[in-house]
Amino acid sequence: MLGLNKNDATLFLVVLALTMLAPFILNPFPEGSGMAQFNAGYPDLMQRFVIFGIFAIGFNILFGLTGYLSFGHAAFLGVGSYAAIWSLKLFTLDVIPAIIFAIILAGAFSLLVGFISLRRSGIYFSILTLAFAQMSYALAYSVLTPLTGGETGLQIKGTDTPLLSNVADGEIGRANLLGAEMSSGFDMAVGSWLFTFNLGYYIAAVAMLIAFYLSIRIFRSPFGMMLRAVKSNQQRMNYTGLSPKPYTLAAFVISGMYAGLAGGLMVAMDTQVGPERMFWTASGEVVIMTILGGAGTLLGPVLGAGFIKYFENIVSKINKDILHNWFAFLPDGFEDVMVSLVYPFVGKGWHLTLGILFMLVVIFLPGGLVEGGQRLIGLFRRKSKSSEAGKADGTEPAE
Amino acid sequence: MGILEVSGVNKRFGGLQALGDVNLSVEEKSVHAIIGPNGAGKSTLLNCLVGKLIPDSGSVMFDGQSVLGRKPHEINQMGISRVFQTPEIFGDLTVLENMLIPVFAKRDGAFRMHAIESVPHEKDVIARAEEMLAEVKMLEKSGMTASSLSRGDKRRLEMAMCLVQEPKLLLLDEPTAGMARADTENTIQLLKDIRTERGITMAIIEHDMNVVFSLADRITVLAQGTPLVEDIPDNIKGHPKVREAYLGEAQV
Repeated sequence: MLGLNKNDATLFLVVLALTMLAPFILNPFPEGSGMAQFNAGYPDLMQRFVIFGIFAIGFNILFGLTGYLSFGHAAFLGVGSYAAIWSLKLFTLDVIPAIIFAIILAGAFSLLVGFISLRRSGIYFSILTLAFAQMSYALAYSVLTPLTGGETGLQIKGTDTPLLSNVADGEIGRANLLGAEMSSGFDMAVGSWLFTFNLGYYIAAVAMLIAFYLSIRIFRSPFGMMLRAVKSNQQRMNYTGLSPKPYTLAAFVISGMYAGLAGGLMVAMDTQVGPERMFWTASGEVVIMTILGGAGTLLGPVLGAGFIKYFENIVSKINKDILHNWFAFLPDGFEDVMVSLVYPFVGKGWHLTLGILFMLVVIFLPGGLVEGGQRLIGLFRRKSKSSEAGKADGTEPAE
Repeated sequence: MGILEVSGVNKRFGGLQALGDVNLSVEEKSVHAIIGPNGAGKSTLLNCLVGKLIPDSGSVMFDGQSVLGRKPHEINQMGISRVFQTPEIFGDLTVLENMLIPVFAKRDGAFRMHAIESVPHEKDVIARAEEMLAEVKMLEKSGMTASSLSRGDKRRLEMAMCLVQEPKLLLLDEPTAGMARADTENTIQLLKDIRTERGITMAIIEHDMNVVFSLADRITVLAQGTPLVEDIPDNIKGHPKVREAYLGEAQV
């Protein structure tokens, strides 16, 4: 199907189903119940899942395949965002041109950064990309204020009159797709459950599906194989008549364009951008997402992005009162002890939990969450097989 | 006029004259061995041939074209393949993928953005790679990760990766270094087979002259960066200058 082999097609269909049904899947708990705070099915968070998914999928094409660890990918996200907001402010309030501009400009900028940074490899490459990203951040923050709005960033204002859109004087324009606003959608109540469907989310989700599909094609292409060859042995590549540099640069630009797409979508959703989007912690985040999910795997980056964004938005909201509620069944003294034991790991301490999780994954599951999932599946298969076949044979085909 | 003509090549590293006025001619379809004691400049010479080093002066002509100033991948595309002292293969990739890459390189050149095509759809390339794997009796291992192969298999795979490109000249850098006796003999046999079956021109850099004795048509002895003698193997073995270079003056 679609030029994919059977396994990849299955994987794609699963991701397709998950993203399309996300408003249901992410809201498993009825409104008003104690568990409702774990519901992640609100538009803002769902959008972030898929947008950061795109960012990580793109990053994985560079890092997962070629092994080149860029520590400055947030710069391309930021450039994409600025390009998109200017398109909304000056050109049209329609999001499609904004997203296209974002991809093109991020691609052009990554071509420049990649061309220079790829003169070195290993840690020096990482440092060069980091330097570029921090330079971009500092410029956006100060010198380039006329272009970037400096510290306060850029928003759509009442004074903006995009060329192709009809905005009444003083009216603040809203981003739309062929006239339908990003925030439009409808709620669906089933019993005490509430599911929210939002246009912005579905636009971002479709973009992610396209990005995911392209990434599968790249992984399975001769080009993808050459990228893995870059990671494996550049010496042999050279002496096989292949030039590693253009391959790596192409991967760098592709992943820069993915970052631009993510940046453009962010602006399409909330129509604002600030320089902090390019700060080095943002570059670090996508590295962590990719490694946590499983670098070099197809699904890993998406999983990692979802995992981290869930933690950031859900676990961080658990406060002391909620913990007291949870442990209310314990005797008074124990309740307080439990709350003070757990509290550092939730709420504002969510970074601590994430950090520990990240360390555990890196040490015990070098292939990330994907490897964890594969091991689990392997375990279940073994169990069901041995129960079927009795104690006939303990040997297992290698997964 | 040989397929490879090295004339008047000099290379200096600081105060060390690594190569001094080296002249060498490798005839088409012949096996030419370059031997010499440690530090004779064998590896420096090889690196000058493949574009890793640029000589200070002199010329290196291959098939009528100068290789000087060209990058290693460009020189490979001209028809020179290189086998390394320790096998250089794509360890993380499968044996079949290792074989596909040189076939793609031969067909598509140094770079091609075939990012949407699918590898399994490249039937011709796969057929060619599998045919070569079958020839070196590794087809049943095509799904294995290359790094898990035995040392001997890695050597055969690397050799096959070079041969599948049908090079005009195959360069071998101490192909038996560090090998056990049995492996050494297998490798020599493999090289002999390649020679009789394919008639590929080979240049072998070797420390141990016994390895190349039964293989080479001509042998050049290099010592302190300069060719001492060039002759057929039978005349090399007893040559006084060669004995001197290998054994040192103390034992003359």
